[in-house]
Amino acid sequence: MNNFTELKEKSTAEWTALVNMAEPVIYLGMASCGKAAGADKIKGVILETLRKYSLTAKLIEVGCIGTCYLEPIMDITAHGNPRLSFGNIDERTADLIIRKYLVDKEIFSKKVLGHFGDKAFDGVPGFFEQPMLKSQVRIVIKNCGIIDPENIWHYIANDGYQGLNIALSKSPVEIIEEIYASGLRGRGGAGFRTGIKWRTCHDTEADIKYLICNADEGDPGAFMNRLLIESDPHAVLEGMIIAAYAIGAQQGYIYIRAEYPLAIRRLQNAIKQMHQHGLIGENILGSGFSFNIKIKEGAGAFVCGEETSLIHSIEGKRGMPRTRPPFPAVSGLHGKPTIINNVETLGTIPHIIRNGSQWFRQNGIDNNYGTKTFSLVGKIRRTGLIEVPLGTTLRKIIYDIGGGTQKAFKAVQTGGPSGGCLPRELLDTPVTYETLASVGSIMGSGGLIVMDQDTCVVDVARYFLDFIQKESCGKCTPCRVGSRHMVEILQKICDGQAEPEYLDKLESLAKLVKSTSLCGLGQTASNPVLSTLRYFRHEYIEHVNEYYCSALVCRSLIEYVVIKEKCTGCQRCVSVCPTEAISGPRSEPHNLDINKCIKCRACYEICRFDAIAGNAIVITSRKEE
Amino acid sequence: MYLMEQTNTLFDDSIDNFPMEEGSLIPLLQQAQAVYGYLIYEVVEKIADYLGLTTSQVFGVASFYSQFRFTEPAKHSICVCLGTACHVSGGETLLEAFERELKVKPGESTADKKFDLNRVACLGCCALAPVLKIDNDIYSKVNVVKLREIWSSYE
Repeated sequence: MNNFTELKEKSTAEWTALVNMAEPVIYLGMASCGKAAGADKIKGVILETLRKYSLTAKLIEVGCIGTCYLEPIMDITAHGNPRLSFGNIDERTADLIIRKYLVDKEIFSKKVLGHFGDKAFDGVPGFFEQPMLKSQVRIVIKNCGIIDPENIWHYIANDGYQGLNIALSKSPVEIIEEIYASGLRGRGGAGFRTGIKWRTCHDTEADIKYLICNADEGDPGAFMNRLLIESDPHAVLEGMIIAAYAIGAQQGYIYIRAEYPLAIRRLQNAIKQMHQHGLIGENILGSGFSFNIKIKEGAGAFVCGEETSLIHSIEGKRGMPRTRPPFPAVSGLHGKPTIINNVETLGTIPHIIRNGSQWFRQNGIDNNYGTKTFSLVGKIRRTGLIEVPLGTTLRKIIYDIGGGTQKAFKAVQTGGPSGGCLPRELLDTPVTYETLASVGSIMGSGGLIVMDQDTCVVDVARYFLDFIQKESCGKCTPCRVGSRHMVEILQKICDGQAEPEYLDKLESLAKLVKSTSLCGLGQTASNPVLSTLRYFRHEYIEHVNEYYCSALVCRSLIEYVVIKEKCTGCQRCVSVCPTEAISGPRSEPHNLDINKCIKCRACYEICRFDAIAGNAIVITSRKEE
Repeated sequence: MYLMEQTNTLFDDSIDNFPMEEGSLIPLLQQAQAVYGYLIYEVVEKIADYLGLTTSQVFGVASFYSQFRFTEPAKHSICVCLGTACHVSGGETLLEAFERELKVKPGESTADKKFDLNRVACLGCCALAPVLKIDNDIYSKVNVVKLREIWSSYE
């Protein structure tokens, strides 16, 4: 009996006891997204409700299950029934749900999302039967929102560290070949075969090697890594130890954004637990293999997601990239062979080792095997984190899983600031590294931002280029100067001050920056511009020739107008206008002075949500005057 | 003055915990900022001495990263998220409303040193956009009308 068998027995006992516990258990989703939706307050309500009705129940804080649009989410196990999940709860309903269920044994059906049992359960659908979850294949995020991320026994009871235990009984070469055979490609975006990378590092002779987990999730609009680390930190750490064993690394680093304080705390806690149980440090699980992990907090620089910049940052230098080769797998941190893997790549490793490469290849198509997580956000009904097999079409992701858009769909942006905007005509594109690249975007780390008719693609291109220009490290001229010029041109287009020939200038500049920049940041910086010019050129032309922004976003091209026939004169807009642009006596249609109006949107919002008429203030964009 | 001496000891005591190598630079700067709230010139000198670097080398690194600040922070810190999801949901309008109401630009503090206004690239709560953070509290699905209510609750 080795150490792992003992750990496994203890964890199974603990998990079984929890599942069969006589007293009720309340699980509350407390990842950052849950907290943002008000989970902290709900926690107070739960404790207060239990006290008020003299109930005893165990409260467990879990991570996020991925259905962020249903946050805050609370699950309850009681009365020998399966675990029930309740969503979109607030302070009032939390109290009601607990009281009804624990005291009256009644299920508050308005807020129930589903049950987690194996069989049908009276009138309550299965949780994973929900439209957002039904067509997902959850491997990497399978424990997220289910287990307590701060309890190592929960992880071990749910297959945790079994992959590591298997890996340590094999040779490093066997592990590398298994990963190679699985076809796993880097989930950070570039899609390089993980097995090849590892093999290169393994075959390079050196006295010391390093493994770095890249958790510098810099893409604005993406949160796959945050969610995984906050909800299941051990999954990533287990992957790291397997990777270190395979390549022969003694020291590991997790480079993580300082903007993710909860994720950092979860990692620190998890590493401490691993030390207690011999899963890290000297002689891991009695195998003779030793490995340590340090957490390095990123200091805020998007370019540090690039491998060589990240290495410079860990070395205490300015995070600027260098030319490759040599690749980090040969000469990386402190000049030693270094493997840098993304959080999700590492989170996938234990599953491949445990189930084998053939099992992994069941999902996916054409050299794109396995599943990939995506953060589905923007103007879509069901926002959150999803996991689907590679090769799933954009249409299936956006409509079947995401529930489509409320207003007319315009575009989906993949790959963050390095990706492109794809139009409706391309919705049947299967999501693979190659197909996305062939239509002018990239896979990236998994951000999917859905845009509807109210999103202006020119403004979005300007937004991304502005971001890139601020984050460009300045080392190479094409990126430093080129991104700045592109922003200037895009700003002029948004302001209605562009000449028709600007579009061609913009396009050739974008191509130049793409082909001449030093690192990935500059090489992909043009994608938002080129893809929007390619699929939405008509919108650019409308901005330039007709001073018209159909999405009513570009500030210089729009005006706020009061529809006299609809305005009831309730004066709510008058009270919120910061520049006294709106005037008029009560009960009479108001006047809006466009010379004073700063287009702050306050009157528009209040007219929709707090005024009597509801839609008397509209935004228009002038067609050519 | 007493407080300054106290915090000095706090930082001086912890500096020895960091290995005397260049790789400790960023963690040391982060520690200094955690203790003092920003990077004070004297502390930067101390770090440079400890690691055998020049102060300009240290400032060269510190100024590269957006996390480090060189002026005293205000009492509360407002971070408006301008990630992509927040941008398409109107994050920019929120930032402007703060600029107007508090009469500051991003990166500045109000005259009474009560609020800092900052833009942040992404808080990772994209599913609840637009979001903003004041100190450690995250507010989701915010609009211009709700803003005043939110920031006026801070003393």
